[in-house]
Amino acid sequence: MTSAVDSLLEVARSPLGLLGITLGGYQAGRWLQRRTGEHALAQPVLVAIAIAGVAIELLDVDYLDYRSATEMIAFWLGPATVALAIPLHKQYDRLKGFVVPLVVAVLLGAVASITSAVFLARWLGADRALQETLSAKAATTPVAIGLTQSLGGIPPLAAVFAITIGIFGAIAGPTTLHLLRIRDRRARGLALGAVSHGVGASRMLREHETEGAFAGLSMGLSALAISLLLPLLALWLW
Amino acid sequence: MIKGLTWLIGFQLLGEVVVRLLDLTVPGPVAGMLFLFVFLRLRKPAADAPVLRAGSGLLRHLQLFFIPAGVGVVAYLGVLGDDWLPIVVAMVGSWLVGLAVVGWTAVGLERLLGEPRDDQPVGAR
Repeated sequence: MTSAVDSLLEVARSPLGLLGITLGGYQAGRWLQRRTGEHALAQPVLVAIAIAGVAIELLDVDYLDYRSATEMIAFWLGPATVALAIPLHKQYDRLKGFVVPLVVAVLLGAVASITSAVFLARWLGADRALQETLSAKAATTPVAIGLTQSLGGIPPLAAVFAITIGIFGAIAGPTTLHLLRIRDRRARGLALGAVSHGVGASRMLREHETEGAFAGLSMGLSALAISLLLPLLALWLW
Repeated sequence: MIKGLTWLIGFQLLGEVVVRLLDLTVPGPVAGMLFLFVFLRLRKPAADAPVLRAGSGLLRHLQLFFIPAGVGVVAYLGVLGDDWLPIVVAMVGSWLVGLAVVGWTAVGLERLLGEPRDDQPVGAR
């Protein structure tokens, strides 16, 4: 009996088992999303993270082992990011007359989100390393990690912040945009992509193709704007 | 399917190479996205072209690919400790400030420049 349990646990802890838990968690999240009529909290990524997080805790699997077992899933984030060009291509006509508002809004947004993160953190007593780590969190995860590294912050924490704010945006984005009375679909996508990068874009793609397309574009442009502006702002901020 | 994925990975590779050669901080896939966009504008492939089908297929499950990184958040929660208050306030506060600045600037400039709007239908949420 004990040996049967042991061998079951062994399978669950294997890379295949961890992949299965992750995919199963994602499918459970999609099921919940359908069952709740697309409730904002029922984001498949959130449900899957909760399930997989509890599972590796119970199975006593180290996060780094989990991460390497699921590399096969994380790998596709790259090609999927490239594919964000597709909705933008289909929505090309909607770029007309929007280029100037788009560029100005993304630049101002990058300055606003960097400085407000730093000042709020400083006001509440965060040390400099933590302020630096928070400053880049609006950028897509690899950019946030890279920038935090060059500033002197804490790179693994930067990844945590970036992904957390992405999921927060996927949950709260559309409702907040509604409360802010932003009704233009291009501006809605642009705004959420600028502060919640790819995870925000994944929510906007479900809302409307235009919103998803502009969120994807905004993620790319904001990554560019934040990586150009943060080193300059850092001279003044610290 | 594989043909389309090959195209996507090809553009990602192109992005990685250019980013490294020019020493940019932008990630390779983001550069690859801009290259694919230019390519699609120039070539205008048919709606059922392999690259479009594979890409749309991946985008339908975009959230799946964030799960491995997201589980790291659970692993890190305990480390936040005493700093949770500045972290939560700075994260949510600057998210809201950024969202409002980008959204209002874009809408305001459209109005100022007399550009056409692209509003949701009245009554939509």
